[in-house]
Amino acid sequence: MKNTKITLAHGSGGKLTHELIKQLFLPNFNNVALSQLSDSALLQLNGMKLAFTTDSYVVKPLFFPGGDIGKLAVSGTINDLAVVGARPTFLSAGFIIEEGLEMSLLEKVVRSMKETATGAGVDIVTGDTKVVEKGSADNLYINTCGIGIVDDRANLSPSSITIGDKIIMSGTIGDHGLAVLSERESLGFNPLIQSDCAPLSSMICKLIASGANIKFMRDPTRGGLATTLNEIVNPQKYGIVIEEQSIPMNDSVRALCEILGYDPLYIANEGKVVIVASADDAVRIRDILREDDLGKDAEIIGEVVGDSHGKVCLKTVIGGTRIIDMLVGDQLPRIC
Amino acid sequence: MKYIDEFRNGTVAAGISKKIASLVEGHDRITVMEVCGSHTMSIYRYGLKNLLPKNLRLLSGPGCPVCVTSTSYIDTAIAMVQKTNSRSVSEKEVLVTTFGDMMKVPGSSSSLEKERAKGAAVAVVYSTLDALRLAEKHPDKQIVFLAIGFETTAPTIAASIIEAERRRLKNYFVLTAHKVMPPVMQALLKDRDLDLDGFLCPAHVSTIIGSRPYEFIAQEFHIPCVIAGFEPLDILLGIYMLIEQIVKKEASVKIQYSRVAREDGNQKALSLLERVFEPCDVEWRGLGLIPKSGLKLRGVYATYDALSVFRISDFGFRINPEIRNPKSEINGCICGDILRGIKMPSECKLFKKVCNPEHPVGACMVSNEGTCAAWYKYGET
Repeated sequence: MKNTKITLAHGSGGKLTHELIKQLFLPNFNNVALSQLSDSALLQLNGMKLAFTTDSYVVKPLFFPGGDIGKLAVSGTINDLAVVGARPTFLSAGFIIEEGLEMSLLEKVVRSMKETATGAGVDIVTGDTKVVEKGSADNLYINTCGIGIVDDRANLSPSSITIGDKIIMSGTIGDHGLAVLSERESLGFNPLIQSDCAPLSSMICKLIASGANIKFMRDPTRGGLATTLNEIVNPQKYGIVIEEQSIPMNDSVRALCEILGYDPLYIANEGKVVIVASADDAVRIRDILREDDLGKDAEIIGEVVGDSHGKVCLKTVIGGTRIIDMLVGDQLPRIC
Repeated sequence: MKYIDEFRNGTVAAGISKKIASLVEGHDRITVMEVCGSHTMSIYRYGLKNLLPKNLRLLSGPGCPVCVTSTSYIDTAIAMVQKTNSRSVSEKEVLVTTFGDMMKVPGSSSSLEKERAKGAAVAVVYSTLDALRLAEKHPDKQIVFLAIGFETTAPTIAASIIEAERRRLKNYFVLTAHKVMPPVMQALLKDRDLDLDGFLCPAHVSTIIGSRPYEFIAQEFHIPCVIAGFEPLDILLGIYMLIEQIVKKEASVKIQYSRVAREDGNQKALSLLERVFEPCDVEWRGLGLIPKSGLKLRGVYATYDALSVFRISDFGFRINPEIRNPKSEINGCICGDILRGIKMPSECKLFKKVCNPEHPVGACMVSNEGTCAAWYKYGET
């Protein structure tokens, strides 16, 4: 690997993160389940099809408009299970706590985890606690693992995607990333941008139960919608074209992105799902999503095409076309 | 959004594109340079080149503040953070604060991002006020702000110094590398390798300086100028206004961005600049030293000048004002020619191979506004 030291960009979910996974973790851990690089590992155990996933949460600040690290830690893992077609059942919770953290803050986080898990019908059944010296961590880190039972009706894989399939986004993009950024940097942006952080399992279970022909799902977290779409097409023989005009986005997110020079396509989401589905069922899927409060802004945003192999293209609002690449490094605020 | 959506209307864009196409039909190649990096980004972000005729060539100029920041400046900033690591107990820690774009810009042997990964005190800020807040919050540290950019950002730096003076902050310093646009445009016009038909003048710079400083371009060089905004329709209309002049063989300075830019500019900002800065010769990465193209702090504000206060000569770096990006040139980087508009990124043997946004060799690949980064990101080959 070219870089001799890990930089923050290795954790951005973009190209460097993928390099790290493909060049270090995959060859060393090497097994069939891991090599799928799915949101959750799909495992067969005594005839049962299980999904198993883990994620660590290091968000700063711990509390932000629309959520907190606890809600995020539970929702994120539930969503990683849901998007592979699994019904989340059990979660673990590991806490790395910095010496000096206010007990009342920890309690608030734990209660938020309990509330989120209960709302999603999931139990937190095991856990771990470590306290590290002041300065060795940033207040609180949480790791959650989750296990779920895969619905037999779900048969999700990028390999089942075909030309003509539609891309559906369950709602507005960029809300979580900018909510956290605004709070962390005290940008004082008004109205406050609310994180979309939420467990999507109930909405996704309804979709699967509808029998709609869903080919693939992924939650566009770090790296945003752009990186997720790139993960889908690369290295496939098809491409994806999305319409800028159709991508749902709150005005406040658009405005802040304009000010900071950020591309909203790369901003993290924590309560959204990207769905690739048969063209025949796309409108029905969009409408089912819209029946749920978490999917009320759902839109069909593009389609799978035969050309542009392995690439994502955007038709811009004024009729131009450009390629959307995977996030490279961290997005940085512009100078002017 | 008001004042945004109106300027992103596809139907209107198609109409203007058609008019541009009919104006240039039958003409030889027409070359227009957009001087500002934000124009370059908008052109790629909205896929504007697809809407323009083939015989109209858009060139990107030296208007990305990160791209034109010299290697020696980055080396100086790095020297400051390295000093942090080796300081004696009696010295206060230096915390270098910067806008994010600067983090990856390569110096001779490292970048601020790499130094931060090694533990150096470097913080990304969103405004000069953030840097001032850090100075107030950490009286035990010396906060150095990397003051780069053109006439757009310079007034905010000037205001921060006046504010630091008002708050009696003794631990806020700026390391200046400010540049101004008209002298570099003049230098480009004197460059015989470059064959230009018109300038799309920068929007935000022009809101500060107005249109008058570009008059010499029309009068002495007979090159038309249009000050255009950054929205796609602004740019298309700006190009249309330029082509109109070019095909009629006329040359004047026109303002498309009239909702913000004025002939006389922003007097309040200009008086701030005048109060705090004075012109100086400055090095542009890849372009060399251009007389009177920079701004340095006036002597009365010397106590805020990091270069005066921190005795850079002690840092072990040789600061040579004539240095011309030696590392990049040794490696075959042609950023200088790209910034002058005489070569395209695809003509660089490093482009997309050893030079990419993760491992930039030259500054044009670093900033979002850089020509190479835009070509890389938006897929032009």
